[in-house]
Amino acid sequence: MSNTPTYIGFEEYSQHIPASIPAAVQQATSRFIVGRAARVAELPEWEQLRQAGSDIRLHTIENMDVYLAQFEEKVKAAGGHVHWAETAEDARQIVLEIAKTHHVKMAVKSKSMATEEINLNQALEAAGIEAIETDLGEYIIQIAGTGPSHILAPAVHLKKEEVAALFSKHLHMNAPDDPIELAQIARKTLREKFLAAEMGISGGNFLIAESGTLVLVTNEGNGRMCTTMPDLHVAVVGIDKIIPDWESLTVFLKLLARSATGQKLSTYTQFISGARRSEGEFGPNEFHIVLLDNGRSNILKDPIGREVFKCIRCGSCVNVCPVYKNVGGFAYGWFISGPIGAIFAPQMLGTQTARELPYASTLCGACADVCPVKIPIPTILRHLRRRVAQGDEFSKPSMPAPLQVTASLTSAALASHWVYRFGTRLLPLINPLFRHNNWLTNMPYPLSRWTKVRPLPAFGAHFRQWWKKRRTTK
Amino acid sequence: MPKAQLFLTCLGDQFYTGTLQNMTRLLEQLGVELVFPAAQTCCGQPLFNNGFEDKTRAVALNFMRAFNQSDAPIIGPSGSCVSMVKHHYPALFQVGTPEHALALDISSRIFEFTEYLVHVLQVTDVGASYPHKVTYHASCHYLREMGLKTEAKALIHAVKGLNFVPLNEEDTCCGFGGAFTVTYPEVSRSMMENKVRNVIASGADTVITCEPGCLMNIAGGLQKAGSSIRAMHIIDLLASH
Repeated sequence: MSNTPTYIGFEEYSQHIPASIPAAVQQATSRFIVGRAARVAELPEWEQLRQAGSDIRLHTIENMDVYLAQFEEKVKAAGGHVHWAETAEDARQIVLEIAKTHHVKMAVKSKSMATEEINLNQALEAAGIEAIETDLGEYIIQIAGTGPSHILAPAVHLKKEEVAALFSKHLHMNAPDDPIELAQIARKTLREKFLAAEMGISGGNFLIAESGTLVLVTNEGNGRMCTTMPDLHVAVVGIDKIIPDWESLTVFLKLLARSATGQKLSTYTQFISGARRSEGEFGPNEFHIVLLDNGRSNILKDPIGREVFKCIRCGSCVNVCPVYKNVGGFAYGWFISGPIGAIFAPQMLGTQTARELPYASTLCGACADVCPVKIPIPTILRHLRRRVAQGDEFSKPSMPAPLQVTASLTSAALASHWVYRFGTRLLPLINPLFRHNNWLTNMPYPLSRWTKVRPLPAFGAHFRQWWKKRRTTK
Repeated sequence: MPKAQLFLTCLGDQFYTGTLQNMTRLLEQLGVELVFPAAQTCCGQPLFNNGFEDKTRAVALNFMRAFNQSDAPIIGPSGSCVSMVKHHYPALFQVGTPEHALALDISSRIFEFTEYLVHVLQVTDVGASYPHKVTYHASCHYLREMGLKTEAKALIHAVKGLNFVPLNEEDTCCGFGGAFTVTYPEVSRSMMENKVRNVIASGADTVITCEPGCLMNIAGGLQKAGSSIRAMHIIDLLASH
């Protein structure tokens, strides 16, 4: 799956989802939801934490240049290398150049959505460098040859039997469909890769400006292996991950694992400030961080849309989304799916490419209820729908002309009570054509799109007559 | 004697005359003097939620003019439509304009039906009786935009003879979402079928909701599934004897 699609056809994709995907997704997300609710209930200060998280993020969004400059200065002072990547292509070239300089033949990777965003694995492979995903979920989807279907749990759409079949085929063995044994097989296979790789690649959960520290929040231990065993560590991180200081981090660490997996804290929380300073220390000799813009600076100019950068990638909005739960991640056609994908993709790829995604929601608001940093997701969805329908300073309208005309006619009809009332008198006349008892079925387009799913109640606006009659006879 | 203006909502107007009649009778029985502004049409939410903010303004102006003939509170049988007026109208007009001032005024005096009963009239027992097994679907905008978490249930529990059973995933969207039903009919179908499965599994013979939109969707889904379970607006439950 390419992460730079030219058009995302949500309706089409959502119709070709195997039934096993919603089933697997619902099982897994239900566990996340229950876990999250239990952890949140333990913290009476949860709402204050959410507000603090939101406030810190907004402050950082407004002062991102200042904090990024501070971060760069601190990383350099600690002996690290900082690279600025304006585009995905720039980022790929920077990583390839570092790899070439160090004669890298194999790279081990810790889970990173930024490297998904820039299609780094494909670029490494094209340059003859083997890239091995070492997060279990990422390892599974790498073998399967697909992208992630969930921001946090990339292989959430697969059942253990399917994973066993993939392992059996790829590793030429008879893998059992037991999750623990499957993890052991991956662990054993990957251990050799950790030892052989010349380069470790990671993403980053947070960048702390005051000390130039990269923070990694993980559960499997593979993140540590990737960032300590090879002599070279390269982190690719979006500029939106910057936070001011360690005090801010305490807020986000309290919010993140609880929201994501229902843990108080993830198993591993790593703080990386530069490379090894002396022979007595562990860790890589060289530490590089690639700060990825790839359109983010432009989104920062939009006071409504930019709140997407408050995101701490917990996936709780994805877990509660009833649309996501019924279609899975692949329907969104991008590496970030669910409600957060629906507000991210149209901004990163443009509404010409992703105009269907802001509409892939009933605006039910379940996402905003759980978001640990209070991203107003329904508000941003409506904002992006406005961009699609009307256009704004960021994009021309991209809604097809027939829908524009329909909206204009609807507006004219609803703005005039004469037209509206005339319409309500006409509508019951079509009832006999489609009526079965009190329901209308098999109606023509566009109402066919309603009646193919369930019947429509018969039209019957009689209140006005009733009211009038009642008043005159009273 | 409190006065109020009836807001039908366009879906209520087209499909649920009986519910609107019951709303009228219930409010009058509770001593509310009602007026019905005949110039009302729709709140404009279908346009607003689909990105046509510019085309929403004309509809909102019609609504505001219709309901500004009186300064009485406005009562509607839908949390979603009421929320549109209450929460989104002020943002449609530029601050400082007469339209914006009017939007703020209208916004401050519009109430969803159960909200008006429980918080303004302070009534939960309207003397209804309904000897059935009943469950409840919490509609999204009613619950989350209006923040009405307990009102409907308080009213339901006060109905005599009623046996309440819980609904699994009570507050999960039924897949209505307005134009969503025709934009992504198959996704809407999956969500609706999930809701219908839960309603059937509850063992109830009646499912209550406070939203005409959810009602159309869930009732249609039950009909399609060949179920005899009744989907009912809370107003019709409260009018049962």
